[in-house]
Amino acid sequence: MLERLLIISAILFCIGLYGVLSRRHIIAVIMSVEIMFNAVNVALVAFSRYTVPASLRFPGAGTDVERFVLEGQTLAVFVIVVAAAEVALGLALIIALARRRDTIHISDLSTLRR
Amino acid sequence: MAFDNLFSEIVFWALAVVTIGSAALVVHLRSIFRAALMLVVSFLGIAGIFAMVNAEFLAVVQVLVYGGGIAVLVIFAVMMTRDVDTGNRSTAVQPVALMMGIALLGALAYSIVQAEWALLPDSLPGPIATVFVETPTQLGRLLLSDYVLAFEVAGVLLLAAVIGALSLVRERHDA
Repeated sequence: MLERLLIISAILFCIGLYGVLSRRHIIAVIMSVEIMFNAVNVALVAFSRYTVPASLRFPGAGTDVERFVLEGQTLAVFVIVVAAAEVALGLALIIALARRRDTIHISDLSTLRR
Repeated sequence: MAFDNLFSEIVFWALAVVTIGSAALVVHLRSIFRAALMLVVSFLGIAGIFAMVNAEFLAVVQVLVYGGGIAVLVIFAVMMTRDVDTGNRSTAVQPVALMMGIALLGALAYSIVQAEWALLPDSLPGPIATVFVETPTQLGRLLLSDYVLAFEVAGVLLLAAVIGALSLVRERHDA
């Protein structure tokens, strides 16, 4: 079960990577980055549900189980927060850029100056 | 627990196919607007996968933040820019990107299959099973105790992002 979810996550991540490298429209690049964020979240949730937390695997780690089994999901919450901040700022940059320039194709945007 | 019968297997594979298929369409479609709509489908499919692996809170957050907020932001940005219909062409490095993606996928799949994971037993031990019965409660407790510093920093980050976005898109009449 863990392997299935990780394979799905890997496929999504590679689709996102391909999109980031190959698309010319800058909003398509941002959307591909979002797909990569989501792939990472799928992997985090899968690890959280199906593997023994590293903190419990070593002797002397304590027996406070509840604190460790949801580490992956907690990290996924913060990934979502950072992704939301990133997409808000990125799209604001794109809109500011589209006002000043004729194009938003990344090949034409190698500098930010006018 | 999920995955104990044929029905949940079917639902899982349907979600997986929809998620991956629509993600592939996002990077394939020429029309950037349709790609944005496919992105929403992909986000909702991932929310379904979350719900099936005991991440109910994350599933709801995924629908609200990605299916709602980020989708609206992206579609707004699409409508405020040009070249919407044909702009999503490939760059010159497209074949290289495809090869890199396939190579990375192969490497990842190989290591995922080869690795020896420290899996939890099929029938979860008592304390862990109770955590997965009430994940939102436990998650809220964690966020406000062990991870409270990161929680506050995330709030500051969001505030900074909102202020930054506003100052970036503000019309400057004096300039």
